[in-house]
Amino acid sequence: MRFRTVTSPHILAEAGVAQLMRRVLYAMAPGIMALIWFFGWGVLVNLALATSIALAAEAAMLLARGKPAVAQLNDYSAVVTAWLLAVALPPLSPWWLTATGVVSAIVVAKHLYGGLGYNPFNPAMIGYVVLLISFPREMSTWLIPHGFGQPEAVTWSETLRAIFGGVMPERFAPDALTGATPLDVLRTQLGLGLNVAEIRNSPVFGIVAGSGWEWATLGFLAGGLWLVYTRTAAWQIPVGMLGALAVVATVFHVVNPQRYAPPWFHLWSGAAIFGAFFIATDPVTASTTPRGRLFYGAGIGLLVYIIRGFGGYPDGVAFAVLLMNIAAPTIDLYTPPRVFGARRE
Amino acid sequence: MSETHYREILKNGVWTQNTGFVALLGLCPLLATSNSVVNGLGLGLATTLVLLISNVAISLIRNLVRPEVRIPVFVLVIACVVTAVEMVMHAFLPGLYTVLGIFIPLIVTNCCVIGRAEAFAFKHGAAPSAVDGVATGLGFTLALVMLGGFREILGQGTLFGQAELLFGEAGKALTLRIIADYRGFLLAILPPGAFIGLGCLIAVKNVLDARAKRRVKPVATVASPQRASA
Repeated sequence: MRFRTVTSPHILAEAGVAQLMRRVLYAMAPGIMALIWFFGWGVLVNLALATSIALAAEAAMLLARGKPAVAQLNDYSAVVTAWLLAVALPPLSPWWLTATGVVSAIVVAKHLYGGLGYNPFNPAMIGYVVLLISFPREMSTWLIPHGFGQPEAVTWSETLRAIFGGVMPERFAPDALTGATPLDVLRTQLGLGLNVAEIRNSPVFGIVAGSGWEWATLGFLAGGLWLVYTRTAAWQIPVGMLGALAVVATVFHVVNPQRYAPPWFHLWSGAAIFGAFFIATDPVTASTTPRGRLFYGAGIGLLVYIIRGFGGYPDGVAFAVLLMNIAAPTIDLYTPPRVFGARRE
Repeated sequence: MSETHYREILKNGVWTQNTGFVALLGLCPLLATSNSVVNGLGLGLATTLVLLISNVAISLIRNLVRPEVRIPVFVLVIACVVTAVEMVMHAFLPGLYTVLGIFIPLIVTNCCVIGRAEAFAFKHGAAPSAVDGVATGLGFTLALVMLGGFREILGQGTLFGQAELLFGEAGKALTLRIIADYRGFLLAILPPGAFIGLGCLIAVKNVLDARAKRRVKPVATVASPQRASA
C-alpha cells in the first residue's frame, strides 16, 4: 500500500488578489451602511455608478493593451478603486464628476502606468485629487447628515434627479440641504478668530467629531480592524499613521488648546480612520518592509496634520498618501528586514 | 548641398528629432506656456525667429571663433537675439508679451537654441543652418500648438481663445467654442495637465512612428514579433 506523499507547504492560504480585494469590499460595508443611513441613497447610487464605469474602463484598457480581460476583471481591483473613490465623493455629486474621477483613476493612474501592481500612486486617490483640484465647488457640497427616512432626508427620486439631471431638490432652503464638513467648519471658524471650544458648540459636531460622520468612521474602524485581524492589511501602516497623527495633534493641543483641536477630534474626523485602514494600506503603492511601513504610515499621519492645520485644504489624507507613495521605494531601500541568521550591525 | 539634404534637415527638425516630442529639450517653456493654442503659437514663433537668426549668425562667424570660447559666444549671440525679439514683441504684441511674461527672456536658456548652435550651425554653412533653425523652430511650435490645443479643449472647451493677442482685433472671430456650456476642467490648465498631455502626445507619436516602420518593411518582422519601441 502506498501513501500519498506531498511536499510542503501543507497548509495553503487561499489568498489571491481577488480574495484580498473581496475582503476589502466586505470590510467597507459597515461604514458604507452608516454613510447611507446619514446621507441617503446618493451614496449607493455613487457606488453603483462608479463600479460600472470602473469595470467598463478597466475592460476597455485591458482590451486595448491586449491583456486577458475576463481574468483580470474578476480580481475586483477595479471595484475596490471605484468604491474607495465613491465613498469619498459628496452624495449628490453629478454623474460626470464620478465618471471623470473613475476614468482618471483607472485609465491614467492605473493602466497608463502599467496596470495592477505597477502603479506608483494609489489610483483612487489620484481620481479624488484630480476632482478636488478641478472641481472644488462640487467636491465641497456635502449634504447635512440626517437619519434615514426622516422628512429632511433626500428621497430616492430627488437623488436620481440631482445626480443625473443636475437638479438639486427645490424644497430645501439653500443652506438646509448642503453644508460645510466638520473639518471645513473648524478651518473657516479658526480663521475667523474663534477658539476650538466655541467651534465645538456648532450643531455640525456630535459626540467626538462631526455628528453623523462619527458613526461612519466607527463603521470603517470596525471593518479596518477586521482587515488587520485577517492580515489583509498590514498593521504597521494604520498604527504608524494614526499614531503619528495622534502624537502631533496632542503636542499642538497641549501647547495651545484654544487654537488646535484635540487629538481625538483629528483621529475621528475626515478620512483619517478610513484612510489609515483602507487607502494607505494598498499593497501596491505602500511600503513593503515591516519597519518601512511604520515610517510610511507615520509620514502620512504627519502630512495629514500639516495639511489640515497649515495647508490650503480642510483634509489632507489624499495628498498625504500620494506624497508618501512617491517616498515608498526610498523607504523600502533604507529599511530592509534583517535576513534570518545575519548578524545585527 | 542637394535638395534632398534640405528635405532631410526639415524632416529631422519637424518630426524625427522634434525638440518637444523626441529630444525633450526646452521642456520648461513647453510645459509652462502651452495652456492655450495662442500662447503656444506665440512662444513657438518667437523661438523660431530666435533660432533662425542665431543659427545664421553663428554659422557666419564660425570660422572666426576659436572652439575653446564657442559656448560663451553662442550665449552672447543668443542673448542679443532674444533681447531684440523681446523688445519687438513688447512693441507690437503687448497683450501676448504680458501673458507670456518671463518665458520670452527665458528663450535664452532654452536648450534647443544653444543645442542647434552647437550641433548644427557651428559645423555648417549659413543656408543649411537657416533651414535647420526654421525646421527646429517649427517642430517646437508644432509641439507647443498641439499640447496647447489639447489642454485648451480639455480645460476650457475652446480653441484659439484670446486670438486677439496674436492677430489683433480681427483675431477675436477665430475663437472656436468646441464644447458649448463647458464647465472647465482645471487640471488640464494647471501644470499636471501639461505633463499628462505631453506624455499622451509622445505616446501618439511613438505609435505613429511604429506603424510607419511596420508599413515600410512588413516581411522582415515576421520572424521576431515586433514591439513598438518606446
